[in-house]
Amino acid sequence: MSQHYVIVGAGEAGARAAVALREQGFAGDVTLVGGETHLPYERPPLSKEGMLAELFAAKTIATAERLAEAGIAFRGGFAVTRIDRESKRLEGVDGRAIGYDKLLLATGAAPRRLPGVEGARVVYLRTIEDALLLREALVTGRHLAVIGGGFIGLELAASARLRGADVTLIEALPRLLSRGVPEAMARQIEARHVAGGVTLVFGDGIAAIASGPDSAVVTLASGRRIEADLVLVGIGAVPNVALAEAAGLAVENGIAVDRHLATGDADIFAAGDCCSFPLQIYGGRRVRLESWRNAQDQGNLAALNMLGAGEAVSSVPWFWSDQYELTLQIAGLSDEGIRTVRRDLGDGASILFHLANDGRLVAASGLGVGNAVARDIRLAEMLIGKSARPDVAALGDAGVKLKELLAAA
Amino acid sequence: MTEWIEACGAGDVDEEDVIRFDHEGRVYAIYRSPEDRYFATDGLCTHEQISLADGLVMDDIIECPKHNGRFNYKTGEAKGAPVCVNLRTYPVRVEGGMVFIEV
Ligand SMILES: Cc1cc2nc3c(=O)[nH]c(=O)nc-3n(C[C@H](O)[C@H](O)[C@H](O)COP(=O)(O)OP(=O)(O)OC[C@H]3O[C@@H](n4cnc5c(N)ncnc54)[C@H](O)[C@@H]3O)c2cc1C
Ligand code: FES
Repeated sequence: MSQHYVIVGAGEAGARAAVALREQGFAGDVTLVGGETHLPYERPPLSKEGMLAELFAAKTIATAERLAEAGIAFRGGFAVTRIDRESKRLEGVDGRAIGYDKLLLATGAAPRRLPGVEGARVVYLRTIEDALLLREALVTGRHLAVIGGGFIGLELAASARLRGADVTLIEALPRLLSRGVPEAMARQIEARHVAGGVTLVFGDGIAAIASGPDSAVVTLASGRRIEADLVLVGIGAVPNVALAEAAGLAVENGIAVDRHLATGDADIFAAGDCCSFPLQIYGGRRVRLESWRNAQDQGNLAALNMLGAGEAVSSVPWFWSDQYELTLQIAGLSDEGIRTVRRDLGDGASILFHLANDGRLVAASGLGVGNAVARDIRLAEMLIGKSARPDVAALGDAGVKLKELLAAA
Repeated sequence: MTEWIEACGAGDVDEEDVIRFDHEGRVYAIYRSPEDRYFATDGLCTHEQISLADGLVMDDIIECPKHNGRFNYKTGEAKGAPVCVNLRTYPVRVEGGMVFIEV
């Protein structure tokens, strides 16, 4: 009898895995179950190009034709409510059910909610619907309050300014992007937002948010009041683990998987934003990444391993963010490093190499206009993947090609 | 109708590297392979309109600087997500130290 592989979550990881199963020649049935009604789409543009384009058009990962051609059954608008591991069945509302032989959980993450805050003018950004609502509100003369100086909040603040809206961004800590971005680069990004006209408030907490039908008032811990047409909360994301947890699978800041992306149940895998996994290059440190490329890589890898390849996660974390004309790219996890070496690429672009105490290159952070840092970050990523110990002077010298260091590593 | 146009000097491109060439509103990418041969493709990625000349050339592959979409620059073939549309390629001729492409 034909095998049935089912993927729950039709986002970046899930869609990628479905296609990869076919690319690997899997001849059984493939069903891609999406809680959203949309065909799989890319989220990164939602805070960037999608906000700025004249007309909003979702960027589809796989069109209906492509899915049909590949023989992938797409079940949109199907929120799985329960996994019955005994009978290997997924249940949805209205008594709908789907049987599986192997299952991939690619349920992603959801915006972290601000407790006790509800109301029509308080929004989050994860889906097309969220983006459309924000787009409508971000026009000249309107005022957006952003809570949280992380990537989503900053990208949206930049887009809002470019659309002519006023922006006040409130960050509880004394600096932006305190998770994962070196301070020097965060300060550069901060300066760009100030130049762009964003009002930044640091070191203040949220005491209350009162949301009416058309506007909201944010009261800060200091007593300061900020009136806004819309409040975007961007305080991080939490992995969607409820299904896995209820099914008795281990959860550890995400659905806990091994280096093959397998859960404790040999027939259930997890990939993307929803899972935590051991990162080989850092001695098996367990991490959960919220990154587009990680979702793709893990979607691919999960598909391979559902087919029995037994391959381990080997990729180096990689992330990018666009704000105004600036692009930030980070390869590796910078908190693995104890010191940095700076390479100046000219025109304000630079790379910080993060080194461990044994001299291993563990991460590289780059910031510059357009794609000025892309090539070197990509080469750094390969050096990191090789656990290379490049010469410090060479790293700091923009005259030395990283390709040469890679060839020597 | 096609024509041969002068794109750059042969020495303007490093080995295993790429440069951008703009002509009549169109962007091209000119490559020099590790075995010292020259190739040309459309200069913008097929995922988003990003100049490939900022990307990394490794062997036969150009990697887009934005999201690492990969193409074989000799054939134009897209090598998988996020790029699925091939790049257009153009015939190349090197003469008198100059690189010409047929567009
Ligand atoms: C606005 C925004 C901008 C971003 N920008 C960048 C960026 O610049 N660079 C970068 O590297 N990353 C960026 N990211 C992160 C990146 O988009 C994510 O890492 C990626 O989407 C993760 O893919 P995923 O498949 O794991 O999860 P998701 O894309 O979240 O997909 C999970 C899907 O599963 C569905 N689902 C959940 N539970 C169920 C259920 N029980 N039943 C059925 N379906 C279910 C969800 O509805 C969702 O559609 C951004 C994210 C956002 C929101
Ligand atoms: S723009 Fe080239 S891969 Fe996205």
